[in-house]
Amino acid sequence: MAIDTEIKPSAIPSGMDSTRRNNALILSWHIFRRYPILPAIVVLLLIISAAFAPWIAPHTPLTGKLQDQDRPPIWEAESPISGKEPKWTYPLGTDPLGRDILSRIIWGARYSMLIASIVLAVGALGGTVLGLIAGYFGAIADEVLMRMVDLTLGVPFILVALATVVVFGSSMTLIISLLILFSWSGFARQVRAETLRLKATDYVSLAIVAGASPYRIISRHILPGVVNTVLVIASLNVGQLILTEATLSFLGVGIPKPRPAWGSMVADGRDYIGTSYWMSLFPGLAIFLVVFAMNFLGDWIRDRLDPRLRQL
Amino acid sequence: MRKLILRRLLAGAVVLLLASILVFALSRMSGDPRHLFLSEYTTKEQWDAWGRQFGLDRPYHEQYLTWMSGVLRFDFGISVKESISATTVVMRKIPPTLQLAAGAYIFAIAIGIPLGVFSSLQRGTYLDLVARGFALLGQAMPGFWLGVMLILLFAVRWRVLPAGGRDDWTSLILPSITLGWFAAAALLRLTRSAMLETLDTEFVKLARAKGASRTAVIWKHAFRNAVIVPLTFAGVFLTALFTGAVVTETVFGWPGLGRLALQSVFGTDFPVISAIVMFATAGYLLMNLMVDVLYGVLDPRIRMN
Repeated sequence: MAIDTEIKPSAIPSGMDSTRRNNALILSWHIFRRYPILPAIVVLLLIISAAFAPWIAPHTPLTGKLQDQDRPPIWEAESPISGKEPKWTYPLGTDPLGRDILSRIIWGARYSMLIASIVLAVGALGGTVLGLIAGYFGAIADEVLMRMVDLTLGVPFILVALATVVVFGSSMTLIISLLILFSWSGFARQVRAETLRLKATDYVSLAIVAGASPYRIISRHILPGVVNTVLVIASLNVGQLILTEATLSFLGVGIPKPRPAWGSMVADGRDYIGTSYWMSLFPGLAIFLVVFAMNFLGDWIRDRLDPRLRQL
Repeated sequence: MRKLILRRLLAGAVVLLLASILVFALSRMSGDPRHLFLSEYTTKEQWDAWGRQFGLDRPYHEQYLTWMSGVLRFDFGISVKESISATTVVMRKIPPTLQLAAGAYIFAIAIGIPLGVFSSLQRGTYLDLVARGFALLGQAMPGFWLGVMLILLFAVRWRVLPAGGRDDWTSLILPSITLGWFAAAALLRLTRSAMLETLDTEFVKLARAKGASRTAVIWKHAFRNAVIVPLTFAGVFLTALFTGAVVTETVFGWPGLGRLALQSVFGTDFPVISAIVMFATAGYLLMNLMVDVLYGVLDPRIRMN
């Protein structure tokens, strides 16, 4: 499949054309876009951290040592408040409870990935099934589904999340359910549109004439056509999902404490921003890198699998 | 066009209805509202009297209708924390949030559109790469973290801007950047691709062929057609706005709707939360409709379909 990284000089009126293709930087950019090695490494690191957190993390994430409170990262001379010197076993420093920041980030990866994968799996599956049904059968099923999609898109997610937390209290189950509730609609909408398109093709009409059951038509003739779309949407959504979960955790309504979540780590560091900047800086950097890598890979997968979805 | 507006209004009403059912269900699940007034001196008679007063002895659908008829008169009940009408509490917080949103929108437009146009004209050069890199980075940056880092740099390290609160205009700068950052990045991408697409059309080629100056081609022919796309972005911006407002206002202690929402959550002030959800949903739907109408007014091709 063609990848649109080629520059079309014809598109630009001459005089505006300041294209310099032999620039080394631009060349490396094109290589970077075509073979996203760095984002792949970031994601790989994330997966390894998530899978092997108990074996990789140098310290436990939940309990700290009192004598190691407020250690700065290794390149700092000393902590501005306690005057403590850095220690090699705590490369990114510790928090005021003496917990290792690096270990908590590694464990945080585990929770982030756990939530993202459950939400994506359930959301993609549910959204796809509903989208197929609505698109194929139309009528009432379609109308009901589209109103549900309107609802999830029309109600500000964060407010509903806050309101449900008031009622049920924050828990892992709640945050996962909330994210599922709001991630399926993107899949449903796109799959429905694709199903409508595929339903109008000749081979589906022929299958209907041949007497195939709706189940058979959907699973054999339509589903294979929407799989790529689903994969693309899923890959484009991972980053956003991680960001949303981190935001909820930051606000104190996401992953409940004392579990190490990147978002709540940034929130904890806010109170110490004048002295112990490392408490907020590194967890936030982890979110940033991971979301960036995921978005980048998402774009890349879309360009490979289904460039028609470019506007997404 | 009129049919479209009517259809959208109807769909919007359905969404509001569903949202109201959701909010009502949540408010009933949050427990018996009488517990808020319960004290050690409360008698059984008082308890039952409250039940009759609030209509808690009636079936749920009747309770819903009572609640809904209040909602239609903008009556969401009394705020638990402030003991005044929840609507008043919410209304007081709307101006600061609008101010913040305006600041963020101005920031997004001032950064996103010029950089997008510039980037499309310099396509393929390293300046284009820098602009696109900014867009990619901006979309991955967690807003709350950006806010904390801005405070670290500008308020703690360099001491040039206030770290929070709402005093003079300088206290608006950092929150506006935090809230507008994501929008600026998205706007840049959209403007860039819209400009590239327009520069590729026949009428731009014709304008060039007839000898129009470069400035005229870019700004009169291409830009005026491309700018419609970022305009619809206002809709996307709105979605990000509510999440962003909660986060930004929390980080900077900005006394607006978002902070009120979070405070009400931790203070279990359900009347205020339901008022915020309903107002925000209605405002969101209305603004989206306005964007669509504006889009139709600006682009005749949409009106035809």
